[in-house]
Amino acid sequence: MSQQQTISTPSTADTSSKKMLTAMVGIGVICALLIVLVYDGTKERIEQLRAEALEKAVFRVLPGVSSSQMFELGADGVFKPVNKPEGKNPIVFAGYNDTGEFLGVAIEGSGQGYADIIRILYGYSPETQTIVGFYVLESKETPGLGDKIEKVDHFLANFTELSAKLTADFSKIENQIIPVKQGAKSNPWEVEGITGATISSRAIGNIIGESTATMVPLIFAQKESFKKNPDQK
Amino acid sequence: MSAGITKHTEPKADPSSTDEFIKGLWRENPVFVQVVGMCPTLAVSNSAQNALAMGLATAFVLVMSNILVSALRNFIPKEVRIASFILVIATFVTIVDYAIQAISVDLHKNLGAFIALIVVNCIILSRAEAFASKNGIGKSILDAMGMGLGFVFALFCLGAVREILGNGTLFGIAVLPESFEKWIIMILPAGGFFTLAAWLLLFNFFKLKKAKA
Repeated sequence: MSQQQTISTPSTADTSSKKMLTAMVGIGVICALLIVLVYDGTKERIEQLRAEALEKAVFRVLPGVSSSQMFELGADGVFKPVNKPEGKNPIVFAGYNDTGEFLGVAIEGSGQGYADIIRILYGYSPETQTIVGFYVLESKETPGLGDKIEKVDHFLANFTELSAKLTADFSKIENQIIPVKQGAKSNPWEVEGITGATISSRAIGNIIGESTATMVPLIFAQKESFKKNPDQK
Repeated sequence: MSAGITKHTEPKADPSSTDEFIKGLWRENPVFVQVVGMCPTLAVSNSAQNALAMGLATAFVLVMSNILVSALRNFIPKEVRIASFILVIATFVTIVDYAIQAISVDLHKNLGAFIALIVVNCIILSRAEAFASKNGIGKSILDAMGMGLGFVFALFCLGAVREILGNGTLFGIAVLPESFEKWIIMILPAGGFFTLAAWLLLFNFFKLKKAKA
């Protein structure tokens, strides 16, 4: 492998670089074609599986939920029930129990982790004004370190009763949810991090903090619109 | 990476087709004999399932890239061959990534960052460089299948031992009694080194014994 050809005369150099260029461009085109073909072939199925996984995750983040309804947040700030997500508007899921009672909303959030974007889903209960569940939808965090955000019990315990209380006039969050170091949690709105997964766990705290700051006041103000009409059951 | 390429031992005589296949499984096993591709070997062998999925994904990339490299071997100039091989390998890794996503979201979630890391697995580059770029398509497929299965076998050997000792399970099913004190270190990176060392010891023991006989 180490025998490199040395190019001496200009004419051979010319043909050789032309050859190199054609080879690289040719292989590039073949590879691009292959990728595009596979991407196109698998796109629909991947989207379908992702949507299914998202719907399944709703049941994980909202305890006691047995059915859900997708809502889309329009540009006017109003949530409307939809059956399929259209465009890029944010989507939330309202969860209902067996008797059709509205229990809470599952909200998707995403943000920069250590390796790549982390996508999460968390459950918000307007009744108790707390975050009641958390699930990682997609993450490429370092195995064994960053991926502890999905596994460590004391970290997941943050999201059983995390305070997202609004101010007296319900216009904004009273105390924005913030990440703190492991063992330093002293307030109900703090997310206790993981030693050894500092950046990843801090990212989760920030994602939820930013997402709740915009979504929770909107959801709380329209909480009546998530409730099922009696005839809708 | 280059250590892996230079370590490749050329077969002495012109080998038959079956030998092309068998050599990767045992005599030239990529992990236990050539000792290449150590990053994924140590990193993903913490459970049997991860090891198996990773091994199969790598084997697929190995076979496909060997086919394409072998088919294009007369068309690729020497100067840009490594760049071309990496391009081909990266393409198939992307394809595997999409394929796994289309098969199961959960499997894709479990393998996470490891799939993308197949690109830098030097077994694949070393086979493209040492074999596929010098041989026909048929032989290259056999070589890649042998090496790929050899890699799956090696990864499984490590993964099984680590999961049994570190977690008391195999493929998530309990195989050791509850009272067994789990060796957590076996699942941690250090356990990978210990297990690999033990397997290499065993392999070299057999090799020496055979040489003496």
